[in-house]
Amino acid sequence: MKEELIVSGKHLPDIYPVLHLWQWEISLYLFLGGLAGGILFFAAYFFITGKEKEMPTTVKWATFIAPLAIAVGLFSLLYDLHHKLYFWQLFTTVRFTSPMSWGAWTLMIIFPLSLVWLGSYMKEMFPQWDWKFNFLNQFETIVIKYRLSVAWALMFLSIILAVYTGILLSAFNARPLWNTSILGPLFLVSGFSTGLAAIMWLSNDEHERKILSRIDIFFILTELFLIVHLFMGFMAGTAVKLEAFHLFIGGSFTISFWIFVVLLGLVFPVTLEILELKGFRIPKWLPPLLILFGGLMFRFVMVDAGQITRFLY
Amino acid sequence: MRYAMAIDTNKCVGCADCVVACQTENNVPHGYCRDWIVENVEGTYPSLDMKFQSERCNHCENAPCVRCCPTGASHIAEGGIVLVTHDDCIGCGACVESCPYDARYMHPDGYVDKCTFCIHRVDKGENPACVDVCPTYCLHFGDLDDPNSDVSKALKDRSWYVLAPQAGTEPQLYFLR
Repeated sequence: MKEELIVSGKHLPDIYPVLHLWQWEISLYLFLGGLAGGILFFAAYFFITGKEKEMPTTVKWATFIAPLAIAVGLFSLLYDLHHKLYFWQLFTTVRFTSPMSWGAWTLMIIFPLSLVWLGSYMKEMFPQWDWKFNFLNQFETIVIKYRLSVAWALMFLSIILAVYTGILLSAFNARPLWNTSILGPLFLVSGFSTGLAAIMWLSNDEHERKILSRIDIFFILTELFLIVHLFMGFMAGTAVKLEAFHLFIGGSFTISFWIFVVLLGLVFPVTLEILELKGFRIPKWLPPLLILFGGLMFRFVMVDAGQITRFLY
Repeated sequence: MRYAMAIDTNKCVGCADCVVACQTENNVPHGYCRDWIVENVEGTYPSLDMKFQSERCNHCENAPCVRCCPTGASHIAEGGIVLVTHDDCIGCGACVESCPYDARYMHPDGYVDKCTFCIHRVDKGENPACVDVCPTYCLHFGDLDDPNSDVSKALKDRSWYVLAPQAGTEPQLYFLR
């Protein structure tokens, strides 16, 4: 038997007995970051491949969500800071070893870029739209002229944005559940899948939704594969990895993960999407709602569970 | 120069004087602490083995908190002491998440706080407050590069262990067996 007690009283708030410093703000931000990344990626992708006319919701209408999601996510991050008025310190330095630093810089660039992208389509979406100021009209002409370059930049940055939401967690070797390099790809795939779900929900065009649905099926199946991969890694891991594994197999996160994230958030919607492609009538809002719910739940589970796992010593 | 601390687990009685000394010396807010005592009990009754460890920030050589700090507030000062510049800290908590020893906490004023090895005393050539106050003289502090320092002498002919070496942090608190 081995027992370890802290006898002098280390009742630090947010740390003792288990770490719970990062709460819903971080989970919400990770979800919104992935969502915005997904929407921007597919907008840029379908523009670059010349399918702007074929996919109007993806390239134009759905990009309304991206800057909105990033803005809410940023407010959520700011709310999480304990020294809120010092947030500008993030932008006085670039630190390559800190994922949070280059994540902050990515957000700093992708947020205005997403606004520029959306702005360049305002006149197409709303023919009555007037920019009021002449310099904005001139700026719009420039953006439309260089839209292809903006699209490439968005595609690149949106991948970084979505991967970063995973790497933010996987960079901490003190938390064995997070400390796996598969978390980056997993959050990328999950984020892009939630982005696709949001676009599908908005789109009224049968043809467009079919294309998106096919891509989404691929992404969800990849995500399921990566989750299996993640757990196989834990099973074959050291004591601390096994401890993380047991949180999900019989531990306190078993139901929230396997029922809400995997079953309701991935398996059920992907089945519905396949049935829809086979010709069954499925309510348009149901698969996207489930995917978005599953994505949000996934981030809550990962942030909460990760902080429980620690090095045993 | 490489500051380090050796903790003699055979001498430590777990009185927590070091904890109180630190709280007083560093004005640690009520309910918080920068160092703490861990009691380890091993074995099966009646053959039990009990051991006390006075723990604090390990001032790691390869400090994950410094690596993940987005603003550079967490840094390594001369002598390997890991410090936080309060005015550069945004209170994001990344370093708290990254520490395998849970040695950092969020100060009520919004910045992250931790053991500084009492750098304000060490700079004057004194020992950290916890070392000076220890009634059993179980804490040894000093420069590892100096063979005559208290810590070098304590480590010289004793066997020791560090906490969670598998975390790869190269901690600088040595526990003497």
